[in-house]
Amino acid sequence: MEKKMLLGNVAVARGLYEAGCRFVSSYPGTPSTEITEHAAKYDEIYAEWAPNEKVAVESSIGAAIGGARSFSAMKHVGLNVAADPIFTASYTGITAGCVIAVADDMGMHSSQNEQDSRHYARAAKLMMLEPADSRECKEFTKLAFELSEKYDTPVLLRLSTRISHSQSVVSLDSRVDVPLKEYKKDISKYVMMPGMAKKRHVVVEEREKKLREFAETCDLNKIEMNDTKIGIIASGIAYQYAREALGDKASYFKLGLIYPLPVESIKKFAAQVDKLYVIEELDDIFETHLKKHGIKVTGKELFSKIGEYSPNTIREKISGGDVHAATAFDAPPRPPALCPGCPHRGIFYVLSKLRLTVYGDIGCYTLGALSPLNAMDITLCMGASVSGIHGMNMAREPEFAKHSVAVIGDSTFIHSGITGLINIVYNQSPSTVIILDNSITGMTGHQQNPATGLTLKNRPAPMLDLEAMCRACGVARIRVCDPYDLKECESIVKEELSIPEPSVIIARRPCALLKSVKRGEPLAVDEEKCIGCGMCMKIGCPAISLTDKKAHIDSALCVGCELCGKLCPKNCIG
Amino acid sequence: MYNIMIVGVGGQGSLLASRILGALYTNRGFDVKVSEVHGMSQRGGSVVTYVRAGENIASPIIAPGDADLILGFEQLEALRWAHYLKPGGSLIYSTQEIKPMPVLTGAMEYPADIPVKLEEYNIKKLAVDALTIATRAGSPKAANVVLLGAASVHSGTDISDWETALRETVPPKFLELNLRAFKAGRECAAD
Repeated sequence: MEKKMLLGNVAVARGLYEAGCRFVSSYPGTPSTEITEHAAKYDEIYAEWAPNEKVAVESSIGAAIGGARSFSAMKHVGLNVAADPIFTASYTGITAGCVIAVADDMGMHSSQNEQDSRHYARAAKLMMLEPADSRECKEFTKLAFELSEKYDTPVLLRLSTRISHSQSVVSLDSRVDVPLKEYKKDISKYVMMPGMAKKRHVVVEEREKKLREFAETCDLNKIEMNDTKIGIIASGIAYQYAREALGDKASYFKLGLIYPLPVESIKKFAAQVDKLYVIEELDDIFETHLKKHGIKVTGKELFSKIGEYSPNTIREKISGGDVHAATAFDAPPRPPALCPGCPHRGIFYVLSKLRLTVYGDIGCYTLGALSPLNAMDITLCMGASVSGIHGMNMAREPEFAKHSVAVIGDSTFIHSGITGLINIVYNQSPSTVIILDNSITGMTGHQQNPATGLTLKNRPAPMLDLEAMCRACGVARIRVCDPYDLKECESIVKEELSIPEPSVIIARRPCALLKSVKRGEPLAVDEEKCIGCGMCMKIGCPAISLTDKKAHIDSALCVGCELCGKLCPKNCIG
Repeated sequence: MYNIMIVGVGGQGSLLASRILGALYTNRGFDVKVSEVHGMSQRGGSVVTYVRAGENIASPIIAPGDADLILGFEQLEALRWAHYLKPGGSLIYSTQEIKPMPVLTGAMEYPADIPVKLEEYNIKKLAVDALTIATRAGSPKAANVVLLGAASVHSGTDISDWETALRETVPPKFLELNLRAFKAGRECAAD
């Protein structure tokens, strides 16, 4: 049997292949993206990027009802977008297995919040599995399909940054051929209107009972008896931290099935240990449930609901001390920044110069909020810029709309900005929306989208025409500008703000990191002419610094976009 | 048990370096876990990658005070993470300086005399001009592999094992360049 080091996400993709999964539809989101990218590498799997998570999950449910084992992956906040179909698919069930992976981002390495997706399992009454390494990522994915079919329900697979983005060894098996199942029309099961749904809710509650029984006996959960002074209940990465910190000095109840919980088995485990701890990152979901059932556990009174844990967190809280490390140097922080040559930089410079209120959105361009550009006021969630600017403009005096814009990326606009734009037109809002079209889904690492002309499998696709799209929404004023052309951008933004009508400005230039984009020659500063005025520093380019009152360009970083030169009053950058 | 950290700035090639180390220790028969960084931090932020090899590895991340070796792709990052080393652990770092945005904007200063500040730590240190060495080998992008070459000298691993790991991990068209960079890094550490 071949063994390989695989990233957790790649192991999930391998599990899809081995399980005979036929259909994958997802929207990219860190830390879940690589699952779908790697699933697409198997010819046996049809895999696609959908415009958003709701479309992806609905497509997967459709495929599963249609008889194919199907799958969707998303980040935690993507599950909010996909929540609507998931709650009702819990009622309809499926024909063939349907697995939905959701990756939480404890510590917010690349997210706008750190919500705990376990809440959804309970709320939608869906079984949830949580692997603790890459081997389990593959095995649990395969098991999830079997359980989905056995209990006629979509199954949630919960991942996290440290599981998704860690590599460990996985044994590879061959693919099981799972033939397409017969689709049978059954409106009592698949048409969810009150008369039918009332009966299906009864089925869901009966299933819950069966799942609770299954939880007590399934081998997804593992008990490891060592020293019985300390007992630990944990799942996923928290289990690994506990194992690292306490080793054989504790006994473990490792949960692989995290909804529903095996309450009776845990009661027995509790009786065998002196003190029982629940170690769960984020919310107190296990703890609250176990306490409700009268099990004495210690959890959040010791452990935070905020951020990631580590083996040290557990050592400190449970074994008390034995944490040894030198003092950290108080180094200047290094936050992420827009890349050298990033086309977003030009637009943000203009917005900052004009001192506008900028309603931002989710993507690389959220970095425009940071100093020195400081060109963003608000960022909430995918698509919120377009709807939000409308609300803000309508709430305030008409003058406000002359100094406010929404900015949203091409992929994010397609994800959930279009309905907001229709609302702007429909309710005649004097709002200006800037679409930052860099011709790719950037932040998550360059995924294709409906406007790029390529599919996930790199096959040609019709390109969504953003201008035609906005026109079809009813926007009469649509302008296109090159974000490297600061003068053009400034005059177009000013013009559109002066007219109290809905308008869209498309700032179009491909992401500087795309392989198809040619890097220019690095620029240099003529130090004789440089007066150290700092104008070139205002765009926040990582390649430019100012030392001893002279600008300096790092030739290893500069891609020759010439934006800095356009700001130089002495014309000394070239 | 080997606990190795690769620290640097997003985009410097820490992913490839961690995968080379992962292949190296897997081939030697160890249980290995590698924890990577994807997403927003890759956009020029401070990034840390963990590689752990041993008999049975649970946590993919390394706690402060537990690292045997840190490869620093940039001076300030080397200093930022130095306290993660065990007493007597090794820091092999590139002398390259990349100023973070708060320094570029003038809000903060890039620490002066980093080698002197590193004296505060009870660790072994090796500064390598990895950028120049990599450029000479064919591309500044191979600075990551120059540092691996430097680390290979006292790694207790045969050079052939390192080369196998490189062959398994580096895309074929960049292999020759990276083998040259590795060798140059090894030579500079042996001096």
